[in-house]
Amino acid sequence: MKRYLLPLAVFLVMAGFLAVGLNRDPREVPSPLVDKPAPAFNLPRLDAPEQMISTQDLRGQVWLLNVWASWCVACRQEHPLLVDLARAGTVKVYGLNYKDKREDAIGMLRKTGDPYVKSVSDTEGLVGIDYGVYGVPETFVIDKQGVIRYKQIGPITPEALRDTLLPLIKKLEAS
Amino acid sequence: MTRRWLISVGLAAAALLTSTATLATTAQPSAADPALEARVMVVAEELRCLVCQNETIAASHADLAVDLRKQIRTKLSEGQSERQILDFMVERYGDFVLYRPRLSATTVLLWVGPFALLLVAGVVMARTIRARKKQIPAALSDAESARARQLLAKTHSDS
Repeated sequence: MKRYLLPLAVFLVMAGFLAVGLNRDPREVPSPLVDKPAPAFNLPRLDAPEQMISTQDLRGQVWLLNVWASWCVACRQEHPLLVDLARAGTVKVYGLNYKDKREDAIGMLRKTGDPYVKSVSDTEGLVGIDYGVYGVPETFVIDKQGVIRYKQIGPITPEALRDTLLPLIKKLEAS
Repeated sequence: MTRRWLISVGLAAAALLTSTATLATTAQPSAADPALEARVMVVAEELRCLVCQNETIAASHADLAVDLRKQIRTKLSEGQSERQILDFMVERYGDFVLYRPRLSATTVLLWVGPFALLLVAGVVMARTIRARKKQIPAALSDAESARARQLLAKTHSDS
């Protein structure tokens, strides 16, 4: 009996690792930017390109940076959730309009509602690279000191909003 | 045939359009400097495309890979070293972006793990072999070897 114990133990350990591995989404690559200062940007406003918004202007509040584009299908999935969030006034959401055409972006907001305090245009996608964006949508939670505290990869789901984002925002608001 | 031709004309036109568009932002268009382009590819071969995770940035056609190649090109023509560019990518996308992750506290298991496993397996094998050697019975007695010879001779004559 004893000679089977070691192989059994090895098998169980392997099964454990594989089970964890199978339940993880390989597309979610943890961002090295979490708990680091949000990369600075100074970008034109989507609605008024002659005006610029910089990260400096957004200091002193908890805010979300939502990377979106009119060509992004998954963004449509989270869009109503963002609109609700904006209506409730829970948190300020800023949009990073990523590699998009201005007219298309404005058209989409007109059609589906605009949840953003302001959106800025990252036409070349360079700010996206600074934020390590590799799939739209992505959402960053940024605290009052301008530090990234969380990155949501892919669309915000109601579960993620309820279990992760809202509690975190509440905690950050209180601090 | 005509359809294919139309498509290729369309592609050529699109390529022309995008190349004139990128002229403004990059110092040189990609084909103009083959030496630079070769260096871009050397760096891009080291980097994983996060959109299609089993491809390098050099091989991928994903939008992000195109953008990152452009970044590499710009940075190389600005005189940055390969190391600086890889650092730039790791800062943004993490160790996962490197096909050969660097040795650090989080990647040490990745680098040393297989060798440690090999060592453990070697030790276990050596011990098992040694234990088996001990189990080999002592040489045959005279009577036994005579019997063995007899049996061998019999099978030989049978065949």
